Parts: sequence; structure tokens; C-alpha cells
Amino acid sequence: MVIDFSSNLDYVRALLPEIILCVWGMVVLMAGVWRGESSEEGPRAEGLGWLALVGVAFAAVANGWLHGVREVGTDGMIAVDGFRLFSNWIFLTAALLGMLVSFAYVYRQRLQAGEYYALMLFSVAGMMFMAGARNLIVVFLGLEVMSIAVYALSAFNRRDRRSAEAGLKYFILGAFSTGFFLYGIALTYGATGSTHLPTIALAVSNGTAHGALLLFGVALMGVGFAFKVSAVPFHMWAPDVYEGAPSPVTAFMSAGVKAAAFAAFFRVFLVSFQGAYESWYGVMWWLSATTMVGANLIALVQTNVKRMLAYSSIAHGGYLLVAITAANQASAGAALFYLLVYTVMNISAFAVVIAVSNHGEERLEFEDYAGLGRNQPGLALLLTLFLLSLAGFPGTGGFMAKFQLLLGAMDAQLWVLSVILVLSTVVSYAYYLRLAWYTWMRDPADGGSPLPVYLPIGMRLALVVGAAVVIWLGLFPGSVLDLARASAAGLGVAGPMVEILH
Amino acid sequence: MQVLLDALGYGDWILHALLWLPLVGLGLVLWGPEERAKGLAFAWSAGVFVLSLGLWWAFEPGVAGFQLASSAPWITGWGVSYALGVDGISLFMVLLTTFTTPLAILGSFSYIRKKERGFYALMLLLETGVLGVFLSLDLFLFYVFFELTLVPMYFIVGVWGGERRIYAAVKFFLYTALGSLLMLVAILYLYFQGRSQLGAGTFAYMDLLQVTLTLKEQIWLFAAFALAFSIKVPLFPVHTWLPDAHVEAPTAGSVVLAAILLKMGTYGFIRFLLPFFPGAVQHETIVMVMMGLGVTGILYAAWVAAVQPDAKKLVAYTSVSHMGFVVIGVFALTVNGLQGGMMVMISHGVSTGALFLLLGMLYERRHTRLIEDFGGLAAVAPWLTTAFVVTALTSIGLPGTSGFVGEFLALLGTFETHPWMAGIASLGVIFAAYYMLPMVQRMFFNGLVRKENRGVPDLSRRELAIMVPLVALMIWIGVQPAPFLRRMEPSIEAVLERVESGRSAQVRLDERNPAPELAAQPAAGL
Repeated sequence: MVIDFSSNLDYVRALLPEIILCVWGMVVLMAGVWRGESSEEGPRAEGLGWLALVGVAFAAVANGWLHGVREVGTDGMIAVDGFRLFSNWIFLTAALLGMLVSFAYVYRQRLQAGEYYALMLFSVAGMMFMAGARNLIVVFLGLEVMSIAVYALSAFNRRDRRSAEAGLKYFILGAFSTGFFLYGIALTYGATGSTHLPTIALAVSNGTAHGALLLFGVALMGVGFAFKVSAVPFHMWAPDVYEGAPSPVTAFMSAGVKAAAFAAFFRVFLVSFQGAYESWYGVMWWLSATTMVGANLIALVQTNVKRMLAYSSIAHGGYLLVAITAANQASAGAALFYLLVYTVMNISAFAVVIAVSNHGEERLEFEDYAGLGRNQPGLALLLTLFLLSLAGFPGTGGFMAKFQLLLGAMDAQLWVLSVILVLSTVVSYAYYLRLAWYTWMRDPADGGSPLPVYLPIGMRLALVVGAAVVIWLGLFPGSVLDLARASAAGLGVAGPMVEILH
Repeated sequence: MQVLLDALGYGDWILHALLWLPLVGLGLVLWGPEERAKGLAFAWSAGVFVLSLGLWWAFEPGVAGFQLASSAPWITGWGVSYALGVDGISLFMVLLTTFTTPLAILGSFSYIRKKERGFYALMLLLETGVLGVFLSLDLFLFYVFFELTLVPMYFIVGVWGGERRIYAAVKFFLYTALGSLLMLVAILYLYFQGRSQLGAGTFAYMDLLQVTLTLKEQIWLFAAFALAFSIKVPLFPVHTWLPDAHVEAPTAGSVVLAAILLKMGTYGFIRFLLPFFPGAVQHETIVMVMMGLGVTGILYAAWVAAVQPDAKKLVAYTSVSHMGFVVIGVFALTVNGLQGGMMVMISHGVSTGALFLLLGMLYERRHTRLIEDFGGLAAVAPWLTTAFVVTALTSIGLPGTSGFVGEFLALLGTFETHPWMAGIASLGVIFAAYYMLPMVQRMFFNGLVRKENRGVPDLSRRELAIMVPLVALMIWIGVQPAPFLRRMEPSIEAVLERVESGRSAQVRLDERNPAPELAAQPAAGL
């Protein structure tokens, strides 16, 4: 099937996954209020969760169908290319795992299930808009759809003060950064006369863009993106929000939101601003270096597991910024692969945290993990696996992903940044291992055995899927890696950008 | 024997079987009941050893290259292959690994009393990791296994170790990870050089050997590789993780650490540093630095060992001292030196492993490791004493034991090129007697003063079964080293030829970019 955006029906076809998600979100919302008060009952809440997953499955089918669609030209506001479709798979994975780990949490904390899952579906639709946007306005639209849903999700537990604080903090700072982003779009429009990414790319590369305006536009959009991917020093909101938000929401947004922001970041910077590489290369270099070093060092001293994982998530953003700095074909493929692996391993690690915290906000300190290895050896084993993967240890998907990232960086001859990447990885070993040694090598301080852990079917499913993917990609990354690289090939990254510098 | 092996197609499957069988055993141990774990782990690893013995005959002694080699693509997008093979250098490391692991497991039967399944599973995982390091003919695969060995060791030390086990485990892990990650960057650099020179990206060992590097590149890459391996060896001054890890590790952990894991470092020297960076390896300053550190390690560690009150820590420091001999032997770049280095590696694996096993047995009897708590054990435990004395003498390097062969050859080889270094290093042999013999005397002889020591039982049958093969091997190598030397010689000569040809390649490279003062120099060097 060929799409050339000559008719409006083409837009419907191109946006099928998004449309399905939005419609299904409303279906879930309606189903949630169908019988009023009873929506808070356990089985019913879980039923709504499964219902939402059906929507995700439909969206996945639509996304798979889009693989067979060929688009003509780059005039549409929506791209139908491999980059978008692979990104969509990442978001769908995040949605799948994020919902599975939410089941027990939602009804144990008596959250309104209908709204909860509907918001998740809406935010996934927003993420897809961001990854598929070929126009800055669509990027912005997607950013807002995603962000507003996630603000609400962060504050979703209205009985918990920290959740409300997290939501408010995220909302205010998010709105502020969106302002930066919008101003950046306006200036870019002023400099190039278009919001269409390929047109901007043309204007930037052939020098017809207004230099100073463009520079400010790039800088302000960079700030907006840096905030969304929580790069140091724009990360201040992240630890508080991640800690305060309900754990499944943290799991979902630390993976999904980050992936979406990076997808848009990649498309905007590597495609439309590739002609201005010299002007943003240095800033990105420092941004990634400070993010990697800063986040890993601060993570060392955390005593709360959610906070530690928050800083770990910031650090992973730093590794991905290396890919943007490298700005070559290998790095674009690496970033897609990394985001997929990161999504799986991060949500899976959070799944263990949610299980240990008894599907609430208890037992979140490192101390609480003492004795887990003795009481729940299976769960502790999975936690260790996910931690090793987050640390990028051989034999896990995390290693393969980091390896491809390193390959891209070294292909761009970023020697110093590569060394910083591996050194900060050593630092990260220290805090991931610290949780591992609490788990296996410490006995609980009070000597008593911790509460039994409740693992409902959804959680089990998420853990099994997560472990299987992490191990499979750790041993045989070939097929997925090739798909990621092929998907990134359609993005139109120029090649080794570094030659512009030398 | 060879006919039988051929009939079984031994050479086709043995390396894969050795590599993956321990993992199968791991599954069985985890699956089976707790109380059967140790028996199963021992039987399984002993079976692996018996299988590996066939290598002794399947291996052609006169051949320099890799034997029983096989290669299959693994991650085609990166040019990573699953390539295995043995040569005269790795053969002995493989056999040492399969030989030591069952003995270490057997030595843990009464020492490990909690979470037994996990412990024996990790021991088998460690065996796979180490064998992978020695068998890999692909740098990516090598790196994966090199790192993989860290995880089981981390947990073995951290969960079953002594009081400061967590500190020791984390220190061990971070120290080694630091070195190996920098090595990863160096491997990637090599990969990119290979990609531009050979036309296709590959991590295969034999292909990357074809890559020519400028001297500056060689020195940088040498530094990265050497750091990773030096931490593993451990070479002075990056040895400080070793005493902590050894003291805190359970007996089997110490045994495997000393006997096998340290060898990964020196093996890396011979396998990677010498062939890949011949220019750097022959660079006068680098040779002096590496040898200087080796000699410093020999003497410094010997002196520190001499004042240790804790017997286990003393033996830990002797490891640093012994491994110094390997380093000087290797960097002497002579056949004798390298052969000596290899022999020290084997002998140190056997004798230090045995010493840690014996100290573990003593610890189980007396729950102390302090030398002063013992005394006069010869009267109550004659077999234990005999085993300890023979092992200690091997460690010192008494003629007729394996220790002598290695250290003598290493010193001889060093003397050929660096007589002064050999002279200083030979003091280490004297110091070895100075730290080892007083310990033996204070623990096993002198008077039987303390009454706790009167009831110390002699070796049990299980313990005897551990010690007999170890002691037999020490003596056998000491009396009859020729079968060992004969098998490693062609491979070692090939490495040295490679170093030499690298020097001439370097000359060609310099001639290509003629620099007036450099053009004359290499001729004199040759």
C-alpha cells in the first residue's frame, strides 16, 4: 500500500495506531464509569486493565500493518518510516509492561482504574505523535498530549501527599520547559520560514536560514528536550517526581516518556538541524558528559530504591545523548535499540520494586531489601538480572545496547566521550551492585522475615517477559539489532557528522 | 588413545562441550535438592575434567597454531563470531581450570553450610566463564567471558565470605571492571582500525592480528589492555584488591581466584599484548616499566608477606610475588622466559591452590587463621603436615618440584636479555624461603603449646583425596617438565616470531614515512 497524503484518508491510515489508542482510551474511560462506584473493586479494576491491553494489542496490529505501507515523499506532517514504527514498538512495549505492573497497584491503592488506564493510552498516543512528527507543530502536539496525561498520572494517587507534590512539580516545571520549546519553534520558524522538518533541514543546510535566530531556536528547543529527557542540569525535577509518583507510573514514564522525547530529539536535531551540527555539537558533548558523570555520582549516595532508579534513568539519558552527539547512522540505530532494551529492563526492575513495596509505597529503602535473597530467591534473582542489565553487564541486553552505543560513538571518533561513558559505567556498577548486595548478602536488621510478596498474574507476566527479553537480547541481539539499524536508516542521517568538524 | 578419541570425533565437540557442560551442571544443581547439590556439582565438574583430559592426546605437540578450532557467526551485524580453539598456551590453562574446579568444590563440602545450591551453581558458572576466556578466539567473546567471571566471584566472596566480605567483593568487582571496560574501548579501537584496513568489521582474533598500528596507537592500546590484565594478575601497584578478596573469600573462592582467575591476566599478556602490540612490547621504556613493576611486586609482596600474622593473607601476598615472576618472564621476550612464565602460572595454580585448601582445612578445625594460634601440628596431624610442607616447598621453588622449573626458567630467560633484572628478581626466591619456612615452622613444628591444638584431627579421606592429586602433580611437573614444555614451545615460539616480525613491520612502517633519525635506528636494533 502506498501513502502520498493526497487525500485525508491517507492521514487516517498513517495515524491508525494513534487513532486506535485515542478511541480505545475513551472506551476504557466509559467502561470505567459504567457502574459508578464499583470501578474501584479489584477484579473490575483488573478487567479494565486487560481491556486497555486489548487496545494496545490493536494498536500493535495497526503498527505492524504500517510496516507494509510505503510512503511517497516527505511532504506529510506524519512520517511513515522505520524510525517511527520502531519507536512505536518501544512505546507499545512500555505500555504493555507498564500496564501489567499496574494491575495490583491500581486496585490495592484504590485508584480509579478507568481514568488510570485511559490516561496511559492517551499518553502512548502522544508519544507516537512525537516519534512520527515531521512537523514541529505535531511534535509539540504530541509532547502536550503525552505530558498532560503523565502529569495527571503522577498526581494520580490523591490520598498520597507526595504523589500530589510530584504531579504539581512536574506540571509547573514541565509547563515552563514547554514554553522554552514553543519559543524555540517560533524562532526556528522565524529563521527558516517553516515548521516542516525537511524544509527546515534544507534551509539550514543551504544557509538560507537566519543565523542568529536559528541559533536561539536550536538552543531553546534543546533546553526543552533536555528537560524532557532530564539531562543534567535540567534534571532537578526528575528524582522528586519519580519518587513521589505511584511506582507503576514512574516505571512507565521513566521509560516511555524518555523514549518519546529522545525519538523526537533525534528526528529534530539529526534531520532538521544536521546542517548546524557544529553549533550544537559542543553543547551536546558537555550535556552528555555532565549527565553521565553527574547522575551516576549522585546515584551512589541514594538510600531510596526509587530515587536510585531515578538517577539511573537520568544516567541512561546521558548515554543516549552520546548517540545524539555522535550524530551518525550507527548511533541512530544504537539509540533505537538502546531505548527498546532500556524500556524493558527499566520497567522490569521497577516491577520487582513494586512487588517488594507490596503494590504500594512501602519498603522502598535499600535496607528493606535485606534478606530478599533468602525469602524470595526467584524475585531476587530477577532483580539481580535486571540490575546487571541496567549496569550494562555482558550476557544481558543492556550490554549489547551499550556496546552498540559505544560503537557509534567511536565511529564518530568521540574518544574522550567514550572513555567517560565507560568510566561512568564503572561508577554505576557500584550502586547497582549495592542493591544486589543488600538483596543477597545482608540479613534483615530486625532479624524477622519480611512480609511475603504478592505476585499477581500481570506482574508475573511482566517479569517473565522482561527477563526473557533481557536474556534473549543479551545472547542473540542480531535480529532486533538489524531491525533497529534498518529502521534508523530511513531517518536520513547524513553519516559521520564528525567530518564536518575535522 | 588417539584412535579412540578420533573414533569418538572428540576434537569436533570437546571445546564446546567443555564450555557449556558446566552450565548444564548449573541447571541440574539448581534444579536438584539442596542436600545433593555438592555431590552433584563435584561429580559433574570431575566428569568435565575427565573429558578434558583427552585434550592431552588430541593436542598435536609440534603444532604452533590453534587446534580443534571452530568458528561460527554470532552477531553478524558487528562481525562477532563464536570462535573457539586451543594452542600450547591455552591448553594448560584449560586443563588447570578443569583440574582445579572439582578439587575446589570437594574442598568446600564441609566449609559451605548455607545456600549450598547457589554456591555450587556459581562455582560451575565461574568454570564456564574462565574456560570461555581461555578458549575464545574472538575478542568480543573473550570480553564477554572475561567480564562474566566477575559476577560469580562477586557473589562467592560476598555471600559466603568472612566478616568484611562485602567490602572485599565490591572492591574486587570495581577494580577489575574498571580495567576491563577501558580494555573494551581499546578493543573497539582495534575493531575500527581493522574495519578500515581489512574492509570489514571483525572481532576475530586471527583477523585482528593482521591490523597494522602506528607505534603511538600501539602504546595507547597497550596501556589499556595492560591495565586490565595487570589488575587481574595483579601487578604492583594495582594489587591491593587481592589480599582483601583472598582473606574474605571462602576456601573454594580463594582457590579458584589464585589458581585460575589470576592466570587470566598473564594469559592476556601472552595472548593479546605480545602479538597485538609488538612495537610497544619492545619499546625500551615500556619493557623497563613492566619489568620494574614485576620485580617490585616480587620483592615488595615478599616483604609484606613476611610480616603477616594471618596465614591466609600471607599466602595471598605470595601470589603477588609469584605472579611477578610471570611478568618478568613474559617481558623478557625469550623462549625460556615465556616458558618459565607459563610454568610458574601452572605451578602457582597448583601450589597456591593447595595452600589455600590446606589453610581452609585448618580453619575448619581451629576457626582461626592466625599463625600464632597454631604450633606443633606435626605431632598430631602428620599427613596434613606432610602435605603442607611439600606444598610450601613447591611454593618456594625447591628443585624437584614444579615451582623450581618455572622460576628457574623465568629467571634464566630474563637473564638472557636483562641480567640485572634477573639478578634482583632472584632475591625473591630467597625471600620466598624467608616468609614461607618460618610460617611452616611456627604452625607445624615448635612445641605443641596450645591445648586446642592437641585434638586437631589429621586429614580425612576426602581431604586426602584432594591433596594427593595436587601433590602428585607438583612432583610430576618438577621431575618431568618435558611433556609440558614440549607442548607449549611451538606456540610460544610463534608468539615471539610474531613479536619479531612486528618489529620488522614497524620498520617498514617507519620507512614508509621516512624520519631521518628513525630510519637508521631499527637496523641497529635488529
